[in-house]
Amino acid sequence: MNSVTIIADKDVQWKESLTTESTLVRRLLISAAFLYLTLFLFIPLVAIFTEALKHGLSGYIDSFLNEDALAAIRLTLLVAAVAVPLNAVFGVAAAWAIAKFEFVGKQALITLIDMPLAVSPVISGLIYVLLFGAQGWLGPWLAEHDIKIIFALPGILLATIFVTVPFVARELIPLMQSQGREEEEAAITLGASGWQMFVRVTLPNIKWSLLYGVILCNARAMGEFGAVSVVSGHIRGLTNTMPLHVEILYNEYNAVSAFAVASLLTLLAIVTLSAKTLIERKTASATRLKSQR
Amino acid sequence: MHLLLKQPSVLPGFGLTLGFALFYFSLIVLIPLSGLFVRTSTLSWEQFWDIVTNPRAMASYQLTFGASLVGALVNGIFGSIIAWVLVRYRFSGRSLVDALVDLPFALPTAVAGITLTAIYAPNGWIGRYLEPLGIKVAFTPLGVLIALTFIGLPFVVRTVQPVLQDLDKEVEEAATMLGANRWQTFRAVIVPELWPALLTGIAMAFARAVGEYGSVIFIAGNMPLKSEITPLLIMTKLEQYDYSGATALGVVMLLVSFVLALAINLLQWWSSTRHMQQ
Repeated sequence: MNSVTIIADKDVQWKESLTTESTLVRRLLISAAFLYLTLFLFIPLVAIFTEALKHGLSGYIDSFLNEDALAAIRLTLLVAAVAVPLNAVFGVAAAWAIAKFEFVGKQALITLIDMPLAVSPVISGLIYVLLFGAQGWLGPWLAEHDIKIIFALPGILLATIFVTVPFVARELIPLMQSQGREEEEAAITLGASGWQMFVRVTLPNIKWSLLYGVILCNARAMGEFGAVSVVSGHIRGLTNTMPLHVEILYNEYNAVSAFAVASLLTLLAIVTLSAKTLIERKTASATRLKSQR
Repeated sequence: MHLLLKQPSVLPGFGLTLGFALFYFSLIVLIPLSGLFVRTSTLSWEQFWDIVTNPRAMASYQLTFGASLVGALVNGIFGSIIAWVLVRYRFSGRSLVDALVDLPFALPTAVAGITLTAIYAPNGWIGRYLEPLGIKVAFTPLGVLIALTFIGLPFVVRTVQPVLQDLDKEVEEAATMLGANRWQTFRAVIVPELWPALLTGIAMAFARAVGEYGSVIFIAGNMPLKSEITPLLIMTKLEQYDYSGATALGVVMLLVSFVLALAINLLQWWSSTRHMQQ
């Protein structure tokens, strides 16, 4: 009995040795990977917090406890609170139509939805300036009626919504396509209303991917710089989001405060990545359970 | 809406969801984007051509596309190594590294910009060791390259990684049994499998880098004709209320993005059909 396991072990080891590299090559590759990641990920990550805490904890906290910083934080939260729910509703609606029905132009729509990710952030802002800016099409009319869109909150909202449109949809579409429509068809055939079907069948099936899409959408909404920078006008206390506040502080040679505000955005990024890892584990175990059943 | 349906369905909500999605997407994305083209059409062809081939614009294309290409290729090499190491080897900290690879996606670009500048400035963490060697990174085109390499890092890893994971080890075993050494197996068996995914990742990193703004402007120094990227030139023209100039350059960038998106779609289609054949 024992000898059999030993032979089996040896067999595994021998097979393993067929498809792996020598220790030297392995160590070289791991070192190369770590060197690259150290230069581009680890050092920057450590640098953000070191620079932010250069003047100690009190200097760090002072960077947030002033009118301009608080206004920037409030504006960023407000922008995300508007943009994320809107894009979540769009994502669910688009994914429902695309995944559960066969219609003309479906493939084109799937490709189009990803377009905002391919466009330069500067252009995402530029298109709204051309529409609503002082020299834009609607500019004179807006000025007459005293409505401000560019260099004001509506412009920031529009630009943020534009760059974050695809995030929820692109998480849901492949998932809902792979889930098929049998479960929902069963619910409808058994007499459920559309809303009952959505809440009891569809939503439980997509909740983790929906959450993941919302988290990604939120991270980008709070962190967007280029598009917002074009439409914001950088008015302190009024149209400055957190990333724009970081830029202003940095350009004023107030590096400690710039990195302090940046460290908050970095924490948001770290939370986003942790949530991603957790949700990936959750969905992996969920699909394993399903396939076992 | 129901006229669009190719087959009837008992499921509800088609008209409502597709109607809302199309309305919302047109309002937010399609109509504003098409405005860019309509605005360009108010320029004569000569005016348009003068703006987009102006020496300052040409220099900015050279820097933007050149640095994006080099950055994407660097990521092609190191991204493949990272994906390989993550899939094939077990070492401590592996899952942490795996999660952190996506940091350039999640980190706001302005944060990346000021951080890379602080590191590579002449008195920075790494910059101070490069300075005596006569290597200037921050405020030179090399700084642009560093920023564009940073933001492209996740793409190749995330496209190559799943293909490596699905790779059948038995094929490699067979190659070894037939007398191939490890390097031959790698070149003749593994690389052909990875090729489409690798190209897709490089193309995605390139496309992302071409439009990048936030992480570059802090480290670039932004000297016209030297270290000025095209998105920044568009921004400068806007700030000077030169809307036609900004629009013309915007259209050039948008067309490039469309072509790249199309190329990436084709590459993805190519790699998925390859997989289906097996």
